[in-house]
Amino acid sequence: MNMSRRLSRRSRRIALNVVAVIVALVTLLPILYMISTSFKPPTEIFSLTPHLLPDHPTWSNYAQVIDGSVIGIPYWTFLRNSLFVTLTAVVVSSLVALLAAIGLARFRFRFRTTYLIMLLVVQMLPQQALVIALYLDFRSLNLLDSLTGLIILYIAFALPVTIWMLRNFVAVVPRDMEEAAAIDGAGPVRVFWSVLLPLVAPGLVATSVFAFIFAWNEFVFALTFLGLDQQKYTLPIYVTYFFGRGAANWGDIMASSVLFTVPVTIFFLIVQRRLRTGMIAGAVKG
Amino acid sequence: MLGSQKRAGAVTASPTVIPNGQWRSPLPVRFLSGRRTRRLAAPYLLLLPSAALIALLLLWPTVQIGIYSFQNYGIPQVLGTLPVQWVGFSNYSQIITDPEFWSSLRISVLFAVAVVPLTLIVGTLVGLLLHKLGPKMATFVSTTALLAWAMPAVSASVLFVWLFDPDGGIVDWALTRTPSWLGGGAHWAGFNWTTNQALPAYTVLTLLVVWQAFPFIAVSVLAGLKMIPGELHEAARVDGASPWRSFWSVTFPVLKPIFMILLLLSVIWDFGVFTQAYLVTGELGNRNEYNLGIYAYDKAFTTPPSYGVGSALALILTLVLLIITVWYVRANVRQGAIE
Repeated sequence: MNMSRRLSRRSRRIALNVVAVIVALVTLLPILYMISTSFKPPTEIFSLTPHLLPDHPTWSNYAQVIDGSVIGIPYWTFLRNSLFVTLTAVVVSSLVALLAAIGLARFRFRFRTTYLIMLLVVQMLPQQALVIALYLDFRSLNLLDSLTGLIILYIAFALPVTIWMLRNFVAVVPRDMEEAAAIDGAGPVRVFWSVLLPLVAPGLVATSVFAFIFAWNEFVFALTFLGLDQQKYTLPIYVTYFFGRGAANWGDIMASSVLFTVPVTIFFLIVQRRLRTGMIAGAVKG
Repeated sequence: MLGSQKRAGAVTASPTVIPNGQWRSPLPVRFLSGRRTRRLAAPYLLLLPSAALIALLLLWPTVQIGIYSFQNYGIPQVLGTLPVQWVGFSNYSQIITDPEFWSSLRISVLFAVAVVPLTLIVGTLVGLLLHKLGPKMATFVSTTALLAWAMPAVSASVLFVWLFDPDGGIVDWALTRTPSWLGGGAHWAGFNWTTNQALPAYTVLTLLVVWQAFPFIAVSVLAGLKMIPGELHEAARVDGASPWRSFWSVTFPVLKPIFMILLLLSVIWDFGVFTQAYLVTGELGNRNEYNLGIYAYDKAFTTPPSYGVGSALALILTLVLLIITVWYVRANVRQGAIE
């Protein structure tokens, strides 16, 4: 009985692992096909019998995307736009969020609960609805077709989630340490720089990555606000620019898409441990 | 004096006693005068920058779409050649007599009704699977899942349109080679999934959204499963409960708060899906494939733009989402997240 039980346990184990491999393959297949397409010459892309891997891998799609022979503007322009917008928004929103997180985690005051609930609610406002009012506002402020306009929006829209997550990181910093420093004569600013900031830094990195992913990927505002000036396009708009033209060159589209996806995926993998243990932390608590 | 402060600090700092231990002065008398005012003002000053940004760029625009939805806002009004007029409910009456509104609303509702349970079921099954796997295999599967999740919506949408492309897409090719008893056959050659009809387009969108969203559900469910003591399942098994029974009487009750949050988040995301739907249905123009968000966007941004009607639609979308958000906030309060 013991023997057969062990056997059935083993076969169950094997079955589970087979299912796991299938799940992983089904999940990976589209991504592999994206990468594979980006290395295929046009003849293979429109072949009647598509192959999973390119027979004659080529860099030519990447070369075309990077020197910008399709749109007439090299890839670096859009990369620079995206990096500028994203990094500025991440730095400013992280600072603003850190202040708010300290306020929420370290003080009790009137409207604190109201503020927390407000943070949860505004996360759910649909961007495709607000974009109508924001388009008119930014139009009258002369902030359309401008990277500054996008930066301002990305700062504000990254804040609710960033504050929500950061306040938990601030809350777990032991107060003894701050108080000990205060007793040793450190002022609030000194306590912040030499005690709180180093301890909150890992949390700050995690929340910055979230802000980065949001700003790097953002589509609706960039699409609506960067209508006319192609020089101002960010990478998501660049990727869909190829996509929207009638005869789609899928090699180019996939190559531009890979170039756009890789940086954000690397960031994602950096924080994945944190995500795996407490992703719901952002949504629930932690 | 310093000693007393330190002792008080040691007590309040214990995170198990007061999770968000506050700067509470042990001797209030000390903080009368200037320092006390500073202490009282401090949280408000700290919150001021974020509150101002959120109020100006998230809350005020929400009020604005409410205002515009009762006005005749269009290009002449933006340019100032014609005055802005209050038009009462005429934008709304225009909407409810428009069959396109009802078709887009229907699409949004049906999409959420189909995709939310599908995502939750797939995600939960994968979460349960991850929990059963050995550590190496679990890391492998969850890393691949994270890759799908990490894909920007734009890249994933463009990728799925390519997979389902009528000329050269791998799905049509595979379907033409699938035996007919499995639904395959030559008629799939060159089948146009995305820009013809709503049902095929939203089938692609369903696969895309489930593919991108199940990892979040799986990872969250896994985190919840890790909180359940192993003895509970063991006891259920000893009592002869089937895995199915064990899931519904042990796992589900414990994970119910997490499921509640995941359900509400999924409804909010899927009802409001925009970027993926916009790209998969071929941007603007395929009007029979509009969901509510795309329809609002189209009204506001295709010439001649009608910001008033667009705002009315946007407000309807926002209000539906806010009603679901009320439940979401309540679920969070019950979880103790607002502490």
